[in-house]
Amino acid sequence: MQAALLLPVLALLPFAGSVLVLASPNAQRMRAVSLAAAVVVAATALALAAAPAVFAGEVLHWRIDWMPQLGLSFGFRMDGLAWLFALLIGGIGMLIVLYAAYYLDPGDPAARFFAFLLLFMGAMLGVVLADNLLLLVVFWELTSLASFLLIGYWSHEAEARQGARMALTITGAGGLLLLGGVVLLGHIVGSFDLEAVLASGDLIRAHPLYPVALLLVLAGAFTKSAQFPFHFWLPHAMAAPTPVSAYLHSATMVKAGVFLLARMYPALGGSDLWFWTVAPVGLVTLLVGAYIAIFQHDLKGLLAYSTISHLGLITLLFGIDTRLAVVAAVFHILNHATFKASLFMAAGIIDHEAGSRDMRRLNGLWKSMPITAVLGTVASAAMAGVPLLNGFLSKEMFFTEAVGHNSSAVMNFLLPAGALVAGIFAVAYSVRFIHDVFFNGEPVGLPKTPHEPPRFMRLPVEVLVVLCVLVGLFPGLIIGPVLAVGAQAALFGGPYAPLPAYKLAIWHGFSLPLAMSMTATAGGVLLYFALQRRFNLHRLARLPGWLASGGREAFHVVTEAKLRTARVVTETIENGNLQRYLFLLVAVALLAGLAPHLGAGPAPASAPVAGTPLTFGVLVIWAIGMAAATGTTIVYRQRLLALLLLGAVGLVVSLTFVYLSAPDLALTQLLVEMVTIILMMLALHWLPPESPREASRLRQVRDFVLAIGAGAGVAALSHALLTSDFDSISPYFLRTSVAQGGGANVVNVILVDYRGFDTMGEITVLGLAGIVIHALLAGFVPARRPAPPSAEPRSPFLPLIARLLLPLAVLLSLHLFLRGHNAPGGGFIAGLVLALALILQYVANGRQWVEQRLRTDFRAWIGAGLLIAGAAGIGSWFFGAPFLTSSYAYWALPVLGAVPLASAVVFDLGVCLTVVGATMLALVSIGRLTPPEGAPR
Amino acid sequence: MTVEFVLAIGLGVLTAAGVWLLLRERVFDVIVGLTLLSYAVNLFIFLTGRVRPGRPPIVESGLAPTLAHYADPLPQALVLTAIVISFAMTALILVIALRARAETGSDHVDGAEPADDAAGQRER
Repeated sequence: MQAALLLPVLALLPFAGSVLVLASPNAQRMRAVSLAAAVVVAATALALAAAPAVFAGEVLHWRIDWMPQLGLSFGFRMDGLAWLFALLIGGIGMLIVLYAAYYLDPGDPAARFFAFLLLFMGAMLGVVLADNLLLLVVFWELTSLASFLLIGYWSHEAEARQGARMALTITGAGGLLLLGGVVLLGHIVGSFDLEAVLASGDLIRAHPLYPVALLLVLAGAFTKSAQFPFHFWLPHAMAAPTPVSAYLHSATMVKAGVFLLARMYPALGGSDLWFWTVAPVGLVTLLVGAYIAIFQHDLKGLLAYSTISHLGLITLLFGIDTRLAVVAAVFHILNHATFKASLFMAAGIIDHEAGSRDMRRLNGLWKSMPITAVLGTVASAAMAGVPLLNGFLSKEMFFTEAVGHNSSAVMNFLLPAGALVAGIFAVAYSVRFIHDVFFNGEPVGLPKTPHEPPRFMRLPVEVLVVLCVLVGLFPGLIIGPVLAVGAQAALFGGPYAPLPAYKLAIWHGFSLPLAMSMTATAGGVLLYFALQRRFNLHRLARLPGWLASGGREAFHVVTEAKLRTARVVTETIENGNLQRYLFLLVAVALLAGLAPHLGAGPAPASAPVAGTPLTFGVLVIWAIGMAAATGTTIVYRQRLLALLLLGAVGLVVSLTFVYLSAPDLALTQLLVEMVTIILMMLALHWLPPESPREASRLRQVRDFVLAIGAGAGVAALSHALLTSDFDSISPYFLRTSVAQGGGANVVNVILVDYRGFDTMGEITVLGLAGIVIHALLAGFVPARRPAPPSAEPRSPFLPLIARLLLPLAVLLSLHLFLRGHNAPGGGFIAGLVLALALILQYVANGRQWVEQRLRTDFRAWIGAGLLIAGAAGIGSWFFGAPFLTSSYAYWALPVLGAVPLASAVVFDLGVCLTVVGATMLALVSIGRLTPPEGAPR
Repeated sequence: MTVEFVLAIGLGVLTAAGVWLLLRERVFDVIVGLTLLSYAVNLFIFLTGRVRPGRPPIVESGLAPTLAHYADPLPQALVLTAIVISFAMTALILVIALRARAETGSDHVDGAEPADDAAGQRER
């Protein structure tokens, strides 16, 4: 148990460290370095502490179940492979931290650098330690993100930004594909738990979805490990600081892809599809990377393409799909990390001390930095596969596997041939590295005088090179157990699969692989010097052949095309034109309504009900209504006329309500209709009296078609509605309205009692609208004021009649209000009648006359109305009942007898006041814009 | 020929007219279209209570309180609320159109005449 607790600490320590480092100031580099170093050393120590358990064959587990229903658990698992990688990450991390401490300029924000580095380290540890596939993907994406941050560290350089963006796009896309593959795997196996997935290899390979899952997972691995054709992001990532290149882009992050191959090998490997996908990709990458590396002028560029090539080698080994190949692959992962990290650091030293990375200018450096030259040469030799170094051993195993491979005639030839050619190229570029940097004449135009770096900056390189030599000389002793443990974990049948018999020895006797190595070495040296003599490699500005572009142009073309498409789509749909939006809205609504009816269509809701026989009155009324509606569209340009026709339609609707037994509704519709028309006429005073002719005829026709479609749809829908049977909850209201609500007018009782809260909201909206209108027009002085109405006497009849009508109207309003609970009427209608009466005064007598007599602020009416309505609701709280509960009683009045009085009438009063206030406020605000009669122009 | 049929056609015509006007380029025309459309929609909602002439929902003693004797009061109440609120919104839009015209000199729905807008875009 105690050993298992080590796992979460190991995994989460770097994240904690990252946050801590981020908190320290950028200027104090030493603080950041020591913090980072402490974290890295602690992590490595923890990994080492787990060694006894791992070597004993134990698999360490730690987990908390996060969402068991989704199969998400947060847990870590350390077997041999994970342990090996953890050691790699931690060990090389320590060296990198030391190296970076010297590499960074004083001006570089150190805290940020180390924080990102620790973030990356934590994410990478998470990838190797995760015991749940989904968790693995999360950490995978986190490594991409950390890599993005680190590549773009020198954010002032355009190349760094572009490189970071390219890396993130490609690895991020790969991560998405990986997620798809993982989800599929989880679906096939029934769980995302790693052990379960690894144990279900046969089940997965037999499943019909296996090819899809395999290809998706491979896409993730190939993008991360820069396999062809996704390899082009890695050279562009060389814009990162060298410690980053050494850590991420040679030793750890790019190894995540091949780690995934190793990890998923028991589950996904061992099939023909695996072989025919992974091996060719690996082979092509191996050859392409090695070939391009020869022609690079940039130190880091050469190393980047060499990394691509070696990753291709590892991939190819996994693709070959034999146990021995898997062992060789794991071995090469270790070896490559060792010599490549040291080479990158050496390149960084050269860059730091000489001021340039260009091999055309760096020559003869062995004189100025002899120790670095020796280290670089040894590491390069390991890269080339020179005997007595670690690279030779894994390369021998590779050649053995390539030669011993036996599947199809094509591959039987291609594999050894490709391996040989790649070997030649590898030696060629390694010789180029050594020769062109440390020999080959004198340095040309270097900004600094090259010299040896500080002692401790060179130390990491020394450590790694010594390791290369030691492993090369005494492999069984140094690396044997480690390799055994790691390879075992990567093989079939879980952590205890039997390892194949192999011997890590320098000398296997005279054999074909040895001959191949010798040929490769000789051939590579010859190739290099031949190229030098023939072409003078320095002059080669562009790569020969079609590989010149390096993928960046393709990447840019694709991203530009995507952006262009996005721009076009946005400009088409969202071009700022309201008419287009409305057209699209109505069209989509129409299509949505049509969609269920295309094809079979839904069954009718019920048997069609017999219709009501048509009466002459209804026919005439609706004929007028339809004519008026159509007329509106024909004469819409003459706005006043359109308004009159609109009024006619409103009247028809009101009469329909009368016919269909809705007296309250008919009254409300009529009154609102009147107020609306008056309002629109007032507004028309300030708008152009006519609409201009529309420019586009096509648009009108198009809109006409859509309108007909919409109309037809609504007509069909209404007919279906009207001829279907229905049931309703209304009998409840009908039954209880008199007994519990105290009123016979069920509609009114619903409004102020059953659904009183809705009405409360409604009057609030009305009041708000009135106030907003007032606010919009309060201080507004229109620029072009029409001529004030002349002070000539008008017809005396209208003012007289209006003044006589006023008290009658008030009486009517009161009557409608009081009877509303038991007969058609109520707060709304009473309020509207009163408002109309007041408006009539304005119209008939003029604004001045009315304002002299009625000095009131209608905003107060709105406020009073809302307060009274609210009080009526709150009042019921005092009786222990919920908000807006009403009750009623009978008052015995002397002459009139028992008068029913419901407390809902108080609520209705609030409604009435608000309605009057809002309506008047709106109309008066607009009316005030016109100067009063007799005013000077 | 039934009342239902005539009503359905009537609703269709109202909707078509409303939609066509809604797609015009001047604010006032759009408002007229919106008003027509809201008449149609209110009628539609009201007609979920079906066609029941001559039976207003005013309870009279002696008649059983069922839908056989009274029209459905619930859609009526809902539509009443709808009518009042759409009146409030119509008033508001009109005033906004008024102010917009005063500020920009144009009553085009996009806030500026198309020619001016294009010139403005070219300048940008």
